[in-house]
Amino acid sequence: MQTGSDDTATRHGQVTAKRVAGQAMRILVIEDDREAATWLVKGLEESGHVADLATDGEEGLNLAREAVHDVMIVDRMLPKLDGLAIIRTIRAEGLTTPVLILSALSDVDERVKGLRAGGDDYLAKPYAFSELLARVEGMVRRGSDSALETKLKACDLEVDLLSRTVTRGGKPILLQPREFKLLEFLVRNAGHIVTRTMLLENVWDYHFDPQTNVIDVHVSRLRSKIDKGFDEPLLQTVRGAGYMIREH
Amino acid sequence: MNINSKIFRTSTFRLSAIYLIFFALSVASVLGYVFWNTAGLLERQTDETIRAEVQGLSDQYRLLGLRGVADVMTRRIESSSGGIYLLVNDKRERVVGNLDLLPQALGDEPGWIDFPLNVGKGPARQRHTGRAYHATLSGGFTLLVGRDVEELRIFGDTIRRAVSWALGLALVLGLGGGWLLSRNFLRRVDAITATSRTIMAGDLAQRMPVSGSDDELDRLAQSLNDMLGQIERLMAGMKEVSGNVAHDLKTPLTRLRARAESALRSESDADHKAALEKTLEESDQLLSTFNALLSIARAEAGNPREGLVAEDASEIVRDVVELYQPIVEDAGGELTAEIADTLPVRANRQLLAQALTNLLDNAMKYGTDGDGRQSVFTATAKAVEGKAVITVSDSGVGIAERDRTRVLDRFVRLDESRSKPGNGLGLSLVSSVMKLHGGTLTLGDAKPGLRATLELPLLAEER
Repeated sequence: MQTGSDDTATRHGQVTAKRVAGQAMRILVIEDDREAATWLVKGLEESGHVADLATDGEEGLNLAREAVHDVMIVDRMLPKLDGLAIIRTIRAEGLTTPVLILSALSDVDERVKGLRAGGDDYLAKPYAFSELLARVEGMVRRGSDSALETKLKACDLEVDLLSRTVTRGGKPILLQPREFKLLEFLVRNAGHIVTRTMLLENVWDYHFDPQTNVIDVHVSRLRSKIDKGFDEPLLQTVRGAGYMIREH
Repeated sequence: MNINSKIFRTSTFRLSAIYLIFFALSVASVLGYVFWNTAGLLERQTDETIRAEVQGLSDQYRLLGLRGVADVMTRRIESSSGGIYLLVNDKRERVVGNLDLLPQALGDEPGWIDFPLNVGKGPARQRHTGRAYHATLSGGFTLLVGRDVEELRIFGDTIRRAVSWALGLALVLGLGGGWLLSRNFLRRVDAITATSRTIMAGDLAQRMPVSGSDDELDRLAQSLNDMLGQIERLMAGMKEVSGNVAHDLKTPLTRLRARAESALRSESDADHKAALEKTLEESDQLLSTFNALLSIARAEAGNPREGLVAEDASEIVRDVVELYQPIVEDAGGELTAEIADTLPVRANRQLLAQALTNLLDNAMKYGTDGDGRQSVFTATAKAVEGKAVITVSDSGVGIAERDRTRVLDRFVRLDESRSKPGNGLGLSLVSSVMKLHGGTLTLGDAKPGLRATLELPLLAEER
């Protein structure tokens, strides 16, 4: 599967539509704002996924219990049954479907509450659709990742998590600790878009957006270290969305 | 309701009344004890003497007969020991004794009697009180032995009067004192109540009266005043903010609307697309303004005891510096850091880091001198006198001294910076984050440039 390798020419919508052709997911959306939900479902379907919609908590819980979904997107505040209550219920029943919590409450405490209830990720409203998509797809991958993996690979790039060394085409590449963490996260998500916010959250553990776009410079430094001297660039910028490391 | 009826319902009055009851009880028991041991004792001794004499004379009568007892009584009367003696026969006629008649109130049964006694002769005649015990002897005789107890009575009366006066006075003084205390207290509480009603009615500038005596009411009033000051500041801030929010959000919203309107009129797809892209950009800007406002509100509403945990300020500064170093270098500047190994503080890592990124964002935005020369930014973190002191300095034009406080307010943007993107909330957030941390933000001169100094209390080293 080839993705847009050209930084400038690809529009995000097209990239995602092509990218996910091979791995369509069934996604349950529980969201009471009909208009927002409609846009969300439409966007997910355009990206090649199948989406089911529930507009209140009870309906959502019933659909979730069918256990046929790869991932759930749950609004925090819902009529009839609160989003966190749904998550707590299905977790108590042993359902492990990854859950992305959507919420207008962006407080760090609220985030912690959501994750404690059993959510896997938390996204504050309003969000960019590309951000949501990247996170939803990232969650499913994380779910299938083996925690015992000690070596990650993307094309000819190898990341050894034990010795904390990186080689490309057999040649060692020296990285700063933070650069290593950044690369590790990108490689874990190889073949998928990773947004700037995801990087800030996962590599730096910052849950706010600095006004200056500090991430780009870090990524371009990393890029110069891993792509310099190689014909095929691995680390790509996806305009309007984020970054991606090629898988193959 | 008038003040007097209210006084009885004040807690001070109730307290004084309870105190008074206990006080009166203790005074009464002390005085009672005194009475029992003085006048009471004398009376009891007299009674015992009389009883003993009656007993003695009855025995004499039994042993020696009428003659014998009359002799003894006559001897006793002649020895003028002050005793009153009378022996009458069954017709109540005197056989022997120094009393003319048997008191009229005398009953048949033996017992005690207090009776009027005439003492002296002629003009010196006085009425005294006698106290006597009478017993019936065989043969229909009645024996009466008594004492002139006038002095004893006067003494007892004096003591009784003194005791009642003392008790009454204590009660009156206690009640009066309680009333005065309560009235004084009530006046001051009423003043506070009245003031708080005025404040509730909307006059936030009012303050509770402070008498200057630094007593507990003063302290209460003082802390209420401090609280009011804080509320007033917050309200003023809120009013100002709502005004500013209205203005600062209306402007971009107006632009958005105008752009959408003109795009709708246009027939060209390119125009539509351009308008949509611009709209997206502008909404992102609006959202970031909202987020900044929310962050400030959250920091200001935050409970320091809940959200703060032990953190290493050095590590937080180091991380942020590391995050910014590349971008500063890419912009042709330099970011140097001087950071102590460890600075234990109570902090919210996210908020403190956000504050620092705001300072560095500002430094990068406004800290360049504009001549295209390289800008140098410095970040330091060290311990000074029990405080963690973090500074971020730039080598730009700085901020004039008169503007340094003003720029901490929300939405304040200096004219020089209006041309650059921003929402005028960066420093406000830093300031509220520092308040949440029990610290301060001060802006100073880095000669040249601006130096922002954050101070927050160091956590005492654990041993």
